[in-house]
Amino acid sequence: MTTRDIVFVAVGAVTALSALLSVTTKHVVHAALWLLVSLGSLAGAYLVLGQELVGLVQLLVYVGAIVVLVLFALMLTRAPIGPHAEIDTPRWQRVAGAVLGGATTALLASLLLPLFAGATADLDRPSTTTPQIAQAIFGTWVWPFELLSVLLLVALVGAFAVSRIVLQRDGADRHDADHPDHPDHHDSHDDGDRTAATTAVTSEPGTGRVG
Amino acid sequence: MSGLPPWLEVVVRAVAVLAAFLVLPLLVGQTEHKVMAHMQGRLGPMYAGGFHGWAQLVADGVKFVQKEDITPAKADRWAFRLAPFVALIPYLMALAVIPLSPTVVGADVDASVVLVLAVIGVGVIGTLMAGWASANKYSLLGAMRAAAQLVSYELPMVLAVASVALAAGSLSLVSIAEAWKPWWLLWQLPGAIVFLVAALAELQRPPFDMPLADSEIVFGAFTEYTGLRFAFFLLAEYAGIVVMSLLFAVLYLGGWSGPFEQWLGWLWTLLKGFLVAVVVIWLRVSWPRMREDQLQRLAWVWLVPIALLQLALTAVGVVMTS
Repeated sequence: MTTRDIVFVAVGAVTALSALLSVTTKHVVHAALWLLVSLGSLAGAYLVLGQELVGLVQLLVYVGAIVVLVLFALMLTRAPIGPHAEIDTPRWQRVAGAVLGGATTALLASLLLPLFAGATADLDRPSTTTPQIAQAIFGTWVWPFELLSVLLLVALVGAFAVSRIVLQRDGADRHDADHPDHPDHHDSHDDGDRTAATTAVTSEPGTGRVG
Repeated sequence: MSGLPPWLEVVVRAVAVLAAFLVLPLLVGQTEHKVMAHMQGRLGPMYAGGFHGWAQLVADGVKFVQKEDITPAKADRWAFRLAPFVALIPYLMALAVIPLSPTVVGADVDASVVLVLAVIGVGVIGTLMAGWASANKYSLLGAMRAAAQLVSYELPMVLAVASVALAAGSLSLVSIAEAWKPWWLLWQLPGAIVFLVAALAELQRPPFDMPLADSEIVFGAFTEYTGLRFAFFLLAEYAGIVVMSLLFAVLYLGGWSGPFEQWLGWLWTLLKGFLVAVVVIWLRVSWPRMREDQLQRLAWVWLVPIALLQLALTAVGVVMTS
């Protein structure tokens, strides 16, 4: 067992453990934070295996952007501090989730483990893999890559279009509401959600810094 | 340092990076005290310790250490206590890979520019944790503003850096600075401006301090923090200025290129970085705070298109000269 093996096992254990914690914890935001640890240590696992660029992109995309978005979205809700009975799942759902997760793990393991059982990586001769990845993406796989970017662009434009439609409908409703006692069922998303989120976690004021 | 055994070299490098991490932000903090005092005619920072108020920073430090470390009763204890370190450590990692010269660098990593961008993106999670765990509505509002701001400004920043990497044909900071030529000052100027503005926004410094806006939401995500933990958040801000300034110097100002760069390269990088830091302080003193919608508009309507144009311009330049 070399130092690298030990480090890899440690990082892998952290990844698996934090992934488990992220689905078993009863605190909503803690789940997101454990997911962060899990994705971050997965980046560490890539680094140990000598795939520098993959690890860094994992960090940049998943930890820096996706989990931040998850946290941001959670904070727009009533994400409470501590466990909360309202958003807890019933027992049968937890059992079903465990069975489904275990089955998926077993399926993937039985498929992937025989496939990559003999695969080795030579880490003693450091070679820059970044140009190889670049050549693979922009040479061999350039068409799938470009198609993916077009797909993302379509999704982006679609999201804009949908939000425009909602905005226009809102505007039309506002315009119709000439008399003052018209019920306002379209409170602006931002304000409505923010007040909901902030009233859920109010605490006593006055504990701030002095000076 | 090739004569040392490997483990000792690692220790020496780590200690050197840690020393730089502890000294440089304080230097920037002291500079900010003095520059702001002169620009705005402030008398307070010029008093402590006699000559030119040299002891102001020491007094600040003593004050922070003396204060009681309070965790609010309804706060999420662990997340609240951990948050300052989550905000601070990414900058330490970034500082470790930024080269002062080809030889003076904490750890020479292959894709160092990607590493710097990746870990800087992690820093925002400290702010988010602080804002949520404080159980305070002002903190939560501040954290959400911070998240919205950082997500928006990360994109133009990455695009601007991608342009430089494309021009140099490398993802390593050392190679980028070595490929730099004086005419890049003009060629990469739009990207440099985008980078500087986005860096200011990432640091949440005025005019982009909407997440902290003390006249609206007390002090944003840091409202409930006292004593050393609050000082760590401040240290993270100043470490952020150091990292961004040095990064700007290496990416856009040629890093260590200058007279006697064989011997004085590291000094040139530090000097250029220091100049950028003074500009960052200067902008704080001279610009009013931007409103939230103006912030988002600036990022999406101006910075992203300019960064994309810069990327196209760089691509044309690279194809023409190769």
